[in-house]
Amino acid sequence: MRWVWIGVIVAATTAGEVMQAMGMRRHGEIRDFRPGALGRAMAVLARNRFVIGSVIAMAVSFFANIGLLSIAELSFAVPATAVTYVMETVLAKYVLKENVNRLRWAGASLVICGVALVSL
Amino acid sequence: MQTESARLRIKTWICATVVVLSNVFGNFFLKRGMPPRLNGPLEYITVLFEPWVSLGVLLLILWLLSRMALLSWADLSYVLPVTSVGYVLVALVGKVLLHEQITGRRWAGILLIVAGVALVSGGTSPQTAKIHAGSAAP
Repeated sequence: MRWVWIGVIVAATTAGEVMQAMGMRRHGEIRDFRPGALGRAMAVLARNRFVIGSVIAMAVSFFANIGLLSIAELSFAVPATAVTYVMETVLAKYVLKENVNRLRWAGASLVICGVALVSL
Repeated sequence: MQTESARLRIKTWICATVVVLSNVFGNFFLKRGMPPRLNGPLEYITVLFEPWVSLGVLLLILWLLSRMALLSWADLSYVLPVTSVGYVLVALVGKVLLHEQITGRRWAGILLIVAGVALVSGGTSPQTAKIHAGSAAP
């Protein structure tokens, strides 16, 4: 059962975080951290479809995380979901058009090995 | 230009610290307040009103908002490795505060994960995406 939760968490987290990055990139840098300005920024973001999509995906990930934490140790649950790094690195290259070089691919491979070790 | 770069670096580190700590302790409080077993969908909702779980939820909301703020100026491929130190903190919190068993193999896995994300971050500045925004990256 824990692997089902991890599958749901990985899919929802990856989709949510990539959409979050797309939405925030469209919004631009937040420079004013005063409460009023933050409130106005949140009002704008609440109409951003990528941000809305990311919040929905992260809500799914959150409830799956609760399900996983109820049956697995914290030190297993959090690192095991690190496989999202690999998925997000792939999407950062092909969807967000970021420059993903060999070092980054090697890093993603190390993460997979680490996840395997943590999970065995 | 240098002042602008320094401003962005300080802002990035402050925000990244909030992102990491809110995530680590949000997960910790969730785990602390979680009953041994959840039976049925309704319990997934009612458990949110347990005090420790509520605190965890509040911290995870802070995590979501601070991460959104960070991503408004930093690349996803920068944010991922910088916030990876959370994996080490989670292991330490699990061991020290929840008395969870962390085997040598699991420690090795955590170290590999951190090494991997450090490699991923090699040579990445917070805003590389802006450089490629105007032209197609190869």
